[in-house]
Amino acid sequence: MSVRFTVNDIGRSWDGDATARLSMVLRDSLGLTGTKVGCDAGDCGACTVLLDGAQVCACLTAVGGLEGRAVVTVEGLAGPAGPSDLQHALVAAGAAQCGICTPGMAMAAQELLAATPRPSRREVEDALGGVLCRCTGYAKIVDAVLAVAEGRPTSMDPTIGAAVGSRFARVDGLAKATGFEKFGADGIPIDALWVRVVRSPHARARFRLGDLEAVRRAHPGIEAILTAADVPFNGFGIYPDIKDQPVLADGEVRYRGEAVLALVGTRAAVERLSDALLPIEWIAEAPVLGLDAAIAATALVQADKPGNLLIAGGVRSGDAAAALAAAPVVVEGRFETSFVEHAYIEPEAGWARRVGERIEIHATTQTPYMDRDEVANVMRLPREAVRIVPTACGGGFGGKLDLSVQPLVAVAAWRLGRPVACVYTRPESMAATTKRHPARLVARAGCDRDGRLVACEMDALFDTGAYASWGPTVANRVPVHATGPYRVAHVRTHGAAYFTNAAPSGAFRGFGVPQAAIAHEAMMDMLADRVGMDRLEFRHRNALRAGDRTATGQLLQHSAGLAACLEALRPEWARAQREAAGFNAGGESRRRGVGIGCMWYGIGNTSMSNPSTMRVGFDAAGRPILFNGAVDIGQGSNTILIQIAADALGLPAAAFGLVAGDTDLTADAGKTSASRQTFVSGRATELAARDLRAQLLRLANAGPAATLSLEEGALCVRDGGAVRRLEAAALASLMGEGTFDPPTTPLDADGQGVPYATYAFAAQMAEIEVDLELGTVRVLRIVAAHDVGRAINPQSVEGQIEGGIAQGLGLALMEEFLPGRTENLHDYLIPTVGDMPEIRIHLIEDREPLGPFGAKGVGEPGLVPTAPAILGAIHHATGVRPTFVPVLPHRLRAAILAQGSGPT
Amino acid sequence: MGAYLRPSRLNEALAALARPHLVLAGGTDIYPGWVGRPIDGDVLDIGAIVGLGGIDRVAGGWRIGAAVTWSQLLAAVLPAGFDALKQAAREVGGRQIQNAATLVGNVCNASPAADSLPCLLTLDAEIELSDRAGTRRLPVAEFVRGNRRTALQPGELATALLVPDAAAQSRSRFLKLGARRYLVISIASVAVALDVVEGRVAAARVAVGACSEVPCRLPALEAALRGAPADARLVERASAAHLAALRPIDDVRASGDYRRDAALTLVKRALAEVAA
Ligand SMILES: Cc1cc2nc3c(=O)[nH]c(=O)nc-3n(C[C@@H](O)[C@@H](O)[C@H](O)COP(=O)(O)OP(=O)(O)OC[C@H]3O[C@@H](n4cnc5c(N)ncnc54)[C@H](O)[C@@H]3O)c2cc1C
Ligand code: FES
Ligand code: FES
Repeated sequence: MSVRFTVNDIGRSWDGDATARLSMVLRDSLGLTGTKVGCDAGDCGACTVLLDGAQVCACLTAVGGLEGRAVVTVEGLAGPAGPSDLQHALVAAGAAQCGICTPGMAMAAQELLAATPRPSRREVEDALGGVLCRCTGYAKIVDAVLAVAEGRPTSMDPTIGAAVGSRFARVDGLAKATGFEKFGADGIPIDALWVRVVRSPHARARFRLGDLEAVRRAHPGIEAILTAADVPFNGFGIYPDIKDQPVLADGEVRYRGEAVLALVGTRAAVERLSDALLPIEWIAEAPVLGLDAAIAATALVQADKPGNLLIAGGVRSGDAAAALAAAPVVVEGRFETSFVEHAYIEPEAGWARRVGERIEIHATTQTPYMDRDEVANVMRLPREAVRIVPTACGGGFGGKLDLSVQPLVAVAAWRLGRPVACVYTRPESMAATTKRHPARLVARAGCDRDGRLVACEMDALFDTGAYASWGPTVANRVPVHATGPYRVAHVRTHGAAYFTNAAPSGAFRGFGVPQAAIAHEAMMDMLADRVGMDRLEFRHRNALRAGDRTATGQLLQHSAGLAACLEALRPEWARAQREAAGFNAGGESRRRGVGIGCMWYGIGNTSMSNPSTMRVGFDAAGRPILFNGAVDIGQGSNTILIQIAADALGLPAAAFGLVAGDTDLTADAGKTSASRQTFVSGRATELAARDLRAQLLRLANAGPAATLSLEEGALCVRDGGAVRRLEAAALASLMGEGTFDPPTTPLDADGQGVPYATYAFAAQMAEIEVDLELGTVRVLRIVAAHDVGRAINPQSVEGQIEGGIAQGLGLALMEEFLPGRTENLHDYLIPTVGDMPEIRIHLIEDREPLGPFGAKGVGEPGLVPTAPAILGAIHHATGVRPTFVPVLPHRLRAAILAQGSGPT
Repeated sequence: MGAYLRPSRLNEALAALARPHLVLAGGTDIYPGWVGRPIDGDVLDIGAIVGLGGIDRVAGGWRIGAAVTWSQLLAAVLPAGFDALKQAAREVGGRQIQNAATLVGNVCNASPAADSLPCLLTLDAEIELSDRAGTRRLPVAEFVRGNRRTALQPGELATALLVPDAAAQSRSRFLKLGARRYLVISIASVAVALDVVEGRVAAARVAVGACSEVPCRLPALEAALRGAPADARLVERASAAHLAALRPIDDVRASGDYRRDAALTLVKRALAEVAA
């Protein structure tokens, strides 16, 4: 049966399987990869297209039903004059971060604007409610749609020397808004074979494999079935000395979702060969689940890890026990958090091909250079033999720091000599990849009668899952941050991570600090209440300031702007308290509350070298190029690094070209994590651009005040009256290079030393409303004040904060990953556009002299104070101090009933 | 890859059902069951069948065809008894789902959390089932037998929902509780329909979803409301005992105890709104 329909006004026909999903037909057969696939289940809306003008999920639409109908995809939004107003508005508003949701958002908005040219905010939210975004917190997306409706003008182009500090539009914005950006699953060669990974249905089991070769022969289209035996070195892990996770399990699995076999063949063949037909004999064993079982250690998750302990360590200064015994006011609490899933809208995806004696991998990643080294290790190849070409990354948040598809496609492509691709399904992505560590935090803190902190203690236990991943990073980072951003003389903090039979806990925005902040901020609230001080003023009194020493003994010399953040919040805080009190005077079943959370965050790796090298040069046409090994995972590094390069070199940002990520073409900039790219790679970029400028000035014999300009294939250097033209040919050989490694020192046995070169600080307040009878919480407004050193691009800083707030809200109120039970985006809930509060942002710019133009970082800080602020507000509204997150409605309702404050 | 049929005539569809087929309407429940693999088996797509679209006035009531989507319901001009169903329509999934998913599909899928069901129960709705031999009607309450189980017989297609005039005129309200806005499966849901004559409740119909294997009416509460003044004090007649028949479970969304407690709150709130 042939089905005829139009796509973007072009007639198409389809003769294949009529139940094929429209999303697959668009992407794989028509090459229209602007329509994204995030779940294949209607849950994410990334595949939204218009069908006869109505938005539908292409992943739920049978192509057989399209006879005579009209489909419009994101590629059809642009007209002859280029991208549509809506697309321009999305770029100008900064609505696309990673951009994987942007096409779906654009289509949803298009349906609305066609019918309702001047929609209200509520109507915009209703229209976008079916598309999830994990990056932006939705604020700028809604703004963009309203901007089109209001005909607000859009773009801007900063002048030379003024790029830093401007709202320069993302350099990759239009590619994202038009659907032309290529993500991990978008550029797969047509002749590629596919890998489908067979995964463990058991949390802990041994297994034996039968005759796989017979299965292969019985199923045409299956080219190979790879097992552990096919992997040259079957272990990976981010630490050089801990390669504990097998690429394919070897007779034993340690978590549900662990990779066991890789079926390689045509896509149809690997998808149709069901697990039930594979000769795997399982011997299930009782899994070690949760911290108590791990610590009891009646069974070991990894045989060579006694007590199931991965790592333990802490910080000690003064004598916390004695100080607490003597303190007039002491509070304590115990808090627990859950597994949290990154839920980036782009599942892991990529492909590899063998090029002679080299392997080339195109994949979505946060860390091309670590991928290169890891793949080389797994394949026992020299690292020069591995090339990583990062695709656009549809969200990472730490989850794409670990290997996923890379070793599988590499091993298969190497062996079969053909390109091989792998795209995780949503359930697979959720079951198999890393999570935020569940934490159990026991905290005590004491202050004097004037509300001055004297001592603090915290014991933080983490469930690190089956393999080490970033567990050591979390366990190291948390003790350093566990005091909160406060001056405390007597400190004892301790972190320990234990193995369990759950998905590995890894890196997730904040590396454990968001969990610890829940505990230290509750301590601050409790102390303030006990001494009768305002909660904001209590924090202000104790805030770390330049000149103070941290618990690790580090002297903060500059850029410690917490007090300024709190001062920025003060008027809002007073207003919010008044409004909540006014509302609550009305009685009834709803009560409002206001809460506050503070945080600090060390930028870059903890006490470890983490250098970045950047290069700035020219292409053959004389265009300045940033050779940038740092991947932009949506946070905007491509754009802000160009802004930095532009101002340091003295050319307009809009003139710059970019070579990004490819390990053959760039230098190692380290991973995109720990909020380090602005600070570390930004500084390296500044140095590289200044190096290039010095070379140019030397060549032109010009002084430091000379100005540069680009004029038709040449660069003009003007110094006083003198003008010197440098032709493109002369420029091509120039290359500026800069390397920056933030100065830190190792921590000693008591955790003393300089773990980070600089810290970001922030304070956020939350205004919420609790429905006492239902236990539901609505966040009405968040006011955020962040000390970022310098906002290289205020729009992208705001975007990071807004997106962080969305994730913090999810952490506090709805996100709970339960292995085997919430492995999809309808049982695992992340905030939709309708859950987001109004967000007001105050940027504090307390310059960091080491950073580029004074900048620090903001990637993770946006998320850290949000949950504590919301939890504090819940307490303010209800008297219930939540000790377990997420605070799902049934948990809050039970706590309200238990304390007897609510109506029954 | 099985056969795929998309007939335009009902009798062709019914003839095809002599052999088992997977009936495909909006596909919003079907496709999520096939993540990562192609649909297997023979499929009967009912989207092109003439006569299954449209919401029509018929003798004694209203007829909602099996191809009618939530969005089409929302756009239709209907009497007050449908207000609850429309409120449900606005809260099913997001727009994409509302544009594709059918009400009849929602009923046939028979999820304990199906948002149409409490509303249809309070509308005293019937479902029309057709096969080659003819058609029969069953109250929705009898059609849905359990979690994902219905009284649909082999060879039968659900062709419409039928709502009697009497119920279509009631005041009605639907309330849904979820852990987020948009795209959320109900933790509990409640539909209430009230006939008020001279300031008193002449008839009340109350149903709760997601708190038992099949959404169900609360006859004891309905009896307690009958004859009462339809005013702000009406809610005082509702008590936990009226919800005793519910059998809410613990799952990833909420605990069973909470569901029971929340259902009572929702019932009271919905009553307060329709009584006002
Ligand atoms: C992201 C998302 C969010 C959702 N949110 C909600 C929600 O908030 N509330 C809610 O109640 N539901 C929700 N749903 C489910 C809802 O979309 C479906 O229940 C929908 O109404 C089913 O209609 P359909 O036309 O898509 O059915 P289909 O998926 O086509 O079919 C559903 C089932 O019914 C059978 N069937 C369909 N029509 C007939 C017929 N005429 N005769 C016999 N059998 C038939 C099919 O064979 C299948 O078993 C959601 C679904 C998704 C994907
Ligand atoms: S891919 Fe279609 S909704 Fe997620
Ligand atoms: S920008 Fe929306 S998911 Fe990344």
